[in-house]
Amino acid sequence: MQVNGEFKPLIVAFCCNWCSYAGADLAGNNRLNYPAEVKIIRVPCSCRVNPTFILRAFQRGADGVILCGCHPGDCHYTSGNYYTRRRMAMLFSMLDYLGIERERTRVEWVSAAEGAKFAATMNDFVAQVTALGENKRLEDLRCKK
Amino acid sequence: MQRIGVFVCWCGSNIAGTVDVKAVAEALSHEPGVVFSTDYQYMCSQAGQDMIKASVAEHHLTGIVVCSCSPRMHEATFRKTATAAGLNPYMVEIANIREQCSWVHKDMPIGTEKAIILGKAAVAKVHLNAPLTPGESPVTKRALVIGGGIAGIQTALDIADAGFKVDIVEKKPTIGGKMAQLDKTFPTLDCAACILTPKMVDVAQHENVRIFSYSEVSEVKGFVGNFDVTIKKHARFVKEDLCTGCGACVDKCPMKKVPNEFNLGMDNRPAIYIPFAQAVPKVATIDPAHCNMLKNGKCGLCARVCTAGAIDYTQQDEYVQEKYGAIVVATGFNPISMDKFDEFAYNQSKDVITSLEFERLTNAAGPTAGKLLRPSDGAHPHTLVFVQCVGSRCTACAEKGKEYCSKICCMYTAKHAMLVRDKYPDVDVYVFYIDVRTPGKNFDEFYRRAVEEYGVKYIKGTVGKVVPENGVLKVQASDLLNNKQLHIDADMVVLAAAIEPDRSARPLATMLTASMDTNDFFTEAHPKLRPVESPTAGVFLSGACQGPKDIPETVSQAGAAASKVIGLLAKDKLMGNPCVASSNEAMCNGCSSCANVCPYGAITYEDKEFRMPDRTVALRRVAKVNPAVCQGCGCCTVACPSGAMDLNGFKNDQILAEVDAICK
Amino acid sequence: MQKVTASQLIDRAAALLSDGSVSAVLGWKQGEFDYDITPAVFADEQALRDAFVWNDFCGANFSKYLLKATKKVDGKVLVFLKPCDTYSFNQLLTEHRFDRDKVYAIGIPCEGMADIDKVKAQSGDGIVSIACGETIQVTTLYNDAPVSVELADVLEERCANCKSKKHVAYDELLGDEGDVLDSARFDEVAQLEAMTPDERFAFWQEHLSRCIRCNACRDVCPACTCEKCVFDNPASGVENKAPANEFEEKMFHIIRAFHVAGRCTDCGECSRVCPQNIPLHLLNRKFIKDMNDNYGEYQAGAEVGSRAPLVDFTLDDPEAADVLDRRG
Repeated sequence: MQVNGEFKPLIVAFCCNWCSYAGADLAGNNRLNYPAEVKIIRVPCSCRVNPTFILRAFQRGADGVILCGCHPGDCHYTSGNYYTRRRMAMLFSMLDYLGIERERTRVEWVSAAEGAKFAATMNDFVAQVTALGENKRLEDLRCKK
Repeated sequence: MQRIGVFVCWCGSNIAGTVDVKAVAEALSHEPGVVFSTDYQYMCSQAGQDMIKASVAEHHLTGIVVCSCSPRMHEATFRKTATAAGLNPYMVEIANIREQCSWVHKDMPIGTEKAIILGKAAVAKVHLNAPLTPGESPVTKRALVIGGGIAGIQTALDIADAGFKVDIVEKKPTIGGKMAQLDKTFPTLDCAACILTPKMVDVAQHENVRIFSYSEVSEVKGFVGNFDVTIKKHARFVKEDLCTGCGACVDKCPMKKVPNEFNLGMDNRPAIYIPFAQAVPKVATIDPAHCNMLKNGKCGLCARVCTAGAIDYTQQDEYVQEKYGAIVVATGFNPISMDKFDEFAYNQSKDVITSLEFERLTNAAGPTAGKLLRPSDGAHPHTLVFVQCVGSRCTACAEKGKEYCSKICCMYTAKHAMLVRDKYPDVDVYVFYIDVRTPGKNFDEFYRRAVEEYGVKYIKGTVGKVVPENGVLKVQASDLLNNKQLHIDADMVVLAAAIEPDRSARPLATMLTASMDTNDFFTEAHPKLRPVESPTAGVFLSGACQGPKDIPETVSQAGAAASKVIGLLAKDKLMGNPCVASSNEAMCNGCSSCANVCPYGAITYEDKEFRMPDRTVALRRVAKVNPAVCQGCGCCTVACPSGAMDLNGFKNDQILAEVDAICK
Repeated sequence: MQKVTASQLIDRAAALLSDGSVSAVLGWKQGEFDYDITPAVFADEQALRDAFVWNDFCGANFSKYLLKATKKVDGKVLVFLKPCDTYSFNQLLTEHRFDRDKVYAIGIPCEGMADIDKVKAQSGDGIVSIACGETIQVTTLYNDAPVSVELADVLEERCANCKSKKHVAYDELLGDEGDVLDSARFDEVAQLEAMTPDERFAFWQEHLSRCIRCNACRDVCPACTCEKCVFDNPASGVENKAPANEFEEKMFHIIRAFHVAGRCTDCGECSRVCPQNIPLHLLNRKFIKDMNDNYGEYQAGAEVGSRAPLVDFTLDDPEAADVLDRRG
């Protein structure tokens, strides 16, 4: 999205309820700033995130999608994030294979105690996606230029 | 179409300082389905909640969006408000415009714009919300404890003392487990039998406890609060209720050459036997593999000497069905087999023994009546070598041993060494170790005493080979601290064999749908915060089945497991979490992907008849989620290729609606 | 040339039909052209003798057809399985998609199937008839004498890169058993991976822009056996046909490849049937290669009941970033 001639990316962040969403809350409690471009969607566990959700976000105009969950070994549901790790590794590798910039996707493990990490991660991710500019590729994948 | 009310909270200046709450309320009032939109200083206050209730009535609201602090803070509050207003509590969605908006953004226009988007996402989601009702299930007020060692006994006693019925299932003829075989216990050196056997008697005499000895769990159905368990009682050919445990049959049995498992085969027992003097129940058992009467009908001596008339050669295995609200696994451990450790000559020499065998050798009720005698010839030994970590911490030899630390060996070896030096100061004792690990109250002091007061020779290094030669054991070892090779002529070598979960644990885990790690230890619901619960609701863990443990730890965990069971049984009914997975049978392929990823074993399959378009009826395998067991992670929804599996409260279309609202 | 003959198959099928062991036969028959061979169900010997075909153009994998055939037919269905088909057969059994007791499977050796486009490249267009024997004899409108084409020169891509001549499932085997091959099937994926992102994007844009969303790849796929496909299901949130919504215009192939990841046996039917010649197998093979590289070798369908990498995990799997970094 262009705001006053300046590119502002749209970032969708999926956060698991038990660790990362709580980590985001902690970032708020500690008033740690990160860009408003980040919009969080709460899911019970990172393993609830269907690749479809991520593709849909890109298709509807998101410039970057980040998925946050409990650290491996700390999943509230024991093993959910281990499945997430495999699924997202495979999905992101596939997007990269199609020539979509890998910097637009990220998985980050953020615990409920890591408010600072949450804010730092979001600052970093937004900067990274801003540098890339608008997400055209997934839009254009089917169009012969 | 929902009639949605939007309530934007100021949270004093917490939100209103960076978000123009009136603008948010105004913007959201134009969203489809929103029939009422307002703002208030403190929405969570009584006045705020009253306003929500009044608005529900006045505007006939069917759904509520509260733009406020984190749902982790007040979602429960507003759900209660909705309930009080006559709405289903799950018709409420929270837009987190404080922690994730006003507190992290400084600029009013930016904060306001984001708050509006978050509000729109919540409105989009609430459109697709459906009333959810938590399932209720009754709780059978009886617990099952599987395993009758110290872990099972302690758990059963604690549950029984709280007033609930408990059954213990023990596969051996007596309860007592490994602790009954031990001599002294570290770090206090009190005798194991002296502290264990009173507990065995207590549990046996407890009015709330039933003991199924010589029995196994053969089938488990059902779920938390409602397990249906089949217990197989092996035929012991002795009527338990008639046998007085007098032992006359044991004395008279002519078949006396059966290796005695209680003494780990170091002496013999008759074909009819009572494992040890303090066995509970103190009842004889006939070993059908060795009894002449059962094998070929020739003998019958025990029946003739039994004045109680308890012998019954026709007894059959019996199956008992019982319902339980909770199940505690306390299946314990065993030392690993030494077959793969040829270098220590365990199978070549009787004088190479495991530490558990050593316990029996030094026990007054053991095969040598407590005298330390060399097993091969009964001579008094002069040099003993203890080898630590045999099969433990085997990173390079995973096919032989275990990668983990067995945890108890350092301490019991210090105990063994100390006991030997105490009784027989003329015996030289060497201990070869990788590290000496003594975390625990009074543990390191104990080990120091073995070294400093009792003169046990601790050598950091490994034993490479033990060769039996001319009646001695030639021990070749390395002393790593002094960097030299050692050759010791030992009379006995004691191997601290790694411990592993009992073999019965794996099939039991399958029956319980409880998860295990690669070493067959049961996994906890959470490694730190829920250490005595299995991820499978209603299944609890006690003792070494969860990981290597010493007695104090086992007893603490047993008590903790009991308290969790008591907490469960104290409830009359269980209210489920309604945000659970459910499968659309019409779309389900029955492929099992969902069950593969479910950590709780909540998904089963059944064959169901479907009417086909051509009017035929087809039988198809479809998934069924047990809402009492499902915890609502949603992992199955992604594993499902057809999208038949969905998660209440976080449905695919709800999350997609949020994505769309944010990306609009 | 194929090592077993059509008459061998017909005789065996006829024998099993007549002794009542099976009540229907799943086989191939000729379509509109000689090279256009389609699956068919044969109910009696006469039908077999009239129409059953087995030659260098019998690419169709019957595993998926068993879902319907076993429900429709009383008694057992006889199915002929080439080595690669047996993997799909096992994978469907793993997913409980048909009743094994209702199938009699005969494994038949396969020397690879011919790609008609490659045949045409040698013979020219205007094919009137094709006869498969020692070589493939192609008669066209423009040649007086038939053109002789060697099967080895015109193999389908999946056959040139055949992963296995071994049957992993059957009740009866005709001919000799082969081996699992050391195939070069991932070379093309590796070549793509070695390109720059821009080159990869251009490659896929070139190919995917040709997609007409005919759904042939999905319909033929033995892993796509859902009772209701998400793309046909209004409740899935991703449903729609090509023109109505641009969503799955772009996402269809990614979502489809993800849905079959770990379940795809790499039978290659998707690429075979694509009327636009989109190399769809390169999407599936990418997932297979990534899973092999990161989670250990896994061949879907090699055995019944195996657990696919995406419904499994280990405690020390690589992170998503590591998976991408590994390849550079």
